[in-house]
Amino acid sequence: MSKISRRQFVTAGLAATAGVSGLAVAANLGRRFGLVPPDSGGIYGPGETLTYAAQRLFTRHSLAREFPRSMISKVPFANDMPPLNDAFKRLQSGAFADWRLSIDGMVARPESYSLADLRGFPVRSQITEVVCEEGWSYVAEWIGTPLSEVLKASGILPQARYLVYFSIDPDWWDSIDLADAQHPQTLLAWAMNDGDLPVAFGGPLRLRLPRQLGYKSIKFVTRVMVTDSVKGFVPALDPKSPNSGYAWYAGI
Amino acid sequence: MSHAPSLRNQGPPRHTLLVRVTHWITVISFVALLVTGVEILISHPRFYWGEVGNSRTPPLFKIPIPSSRATVPTGYGYVLPDQNGWSRYLHFEAAWALVLTGLVYVISGLWTRHFRKNLFPAPADRTWPAFRSVIAKYLRLAPPDEADSRSYNVLQRVTYLLVIFVLVPLVIWTGLAMSPGFNAAVPWAVNSLGGRQSARTLHFFVSISLVLFLVLHVAMVVLTGFASRMREMITGLAAAPQERT
Repeated sequence: MSKISRRQFVTAGLAATAGVSGLAVAANLGRRFGLVPPDSGGIYGPGETLTYAAQRLFTRHSLAREFPRSMISKVPFANDMPPLNDAFKRLQSGAFADWRLSIDGMVARPESYSLADLRGFPVRSQITEVVCEEGWSYVAEWIGTPLSEVLKASGILPQARYLVYFSIDPDWWDSIDLADAQHPQTLLAWAMNDGDLPVAFGGPLRLRLPRQLGYKSIKFVTRVMVTDSVKGFVPALDPKSPNSGYAWYAGI
Repeated sequence: MSHAPSLRNQGPPRHTLLVRVTHWITVISFVALLVTGVEILISHPRFYWGEVGNSRTPPLFKIPIPSSRATVPTGYGYVLPDQNGWSRYLHFEAAWALVLTGLVYVISGLWTRHFRKNLFPAPADRTWPAFRSVIAKYLRLAPPDEADSRSYNVLQRVTYLLVIFVLVPLVIWTGLAMSPGFNAAVPWAVNSLGGRQSARTLHFFVSISLVLFLVLHVAMVVLTGFASRMREMITGLAAAPQERT
């Protein structure tokens, strides 16, 4: 028979009280400093929150590894695409001359850009790895307009916290926080390996986010919306949802 | 403390409360990591060496199982359902549970001298003859003697230390070295392993080693008396207090 002494009982009680109040304080601080991800609810919420909070505390400004030209993959791999819709095909037949990217939501000056307009911004090229959550990867050179430049031109309003970005496919979108949206390596990529960005790899315009897994780098981007809440834009655990049911933060 | 004598009669617990609690949290976390790890592996059952690898590059080796992705050439005519959503959520949540529990265990183990007292082999046992005699005992299938119920032999001690201080840190490191966010902050963690695909391959082999340990560990628990080993790890009570007078 094991008996718990009074001292052990009191110690356990104090520890539990300290633990619970510590958690409450942590939750409050986390919300204030933007350390709680939108999918922090549910049974996987605690793990997801720890991951996101740790990344935001320790890796907010770090740069994804960039590689020498010799490491560019000779045979990059792209997942099969579902058939593209008529809107896409129409634009494709016009060599994407009429492709538009709109910036709206919580910005001072909503804008709409053609691909040629985007090329007028400062250009950034980087050789980074595309990492799929499935496990495979390849290295390519990505050339495009830093998203931060486009956001700067529109003027993000102070209450903004997230960015939702949409593909021309109406069932495909995703969202990121402003730390990633304004990160210098986050590109609106329109070229790859010294050529136009191929359709299979998201051409004519893909949002490249080298510090997160490939599923956050949405193809055929037509719109970015700056917002203070992603409520309704973060589907949970449904394999048929735009994010395939994967975690919102994909820096892991 | 009027009931102190009756407690003393039972002797000290075979395992302290902290060891028991961290043991079982680790069991739950490890099972969750294993199941979800297999699910994640199924989405690309090919392994590579170096920085990159995909269905168009030659693999180091393949696991001969069907995949949950149609793009992976497996030789099977069907595709398994995608389970990566909840699998990845649970994998990382369980990893946090394992890491935090492991930290509590290691720090308290150093503080209470648990490692030195119970796991670090005594000087007399740190010799080849000592190793050989323990191995010979296992090979003879000799029944455990009285000392075995109170402490670990040198082979057990070395195995536990290997798991706690080598395999688990390695599986955490190789796992982190696959995270694009972590690699951005700590590039040497992945570069020193030879690249991200090397990290993934090493993660697989270290996991296999941990599974081998689990199988061996459970087999030994069953062989030496499942009920009493479980009682020791759940209640802390030694199996045979009457032997200790």
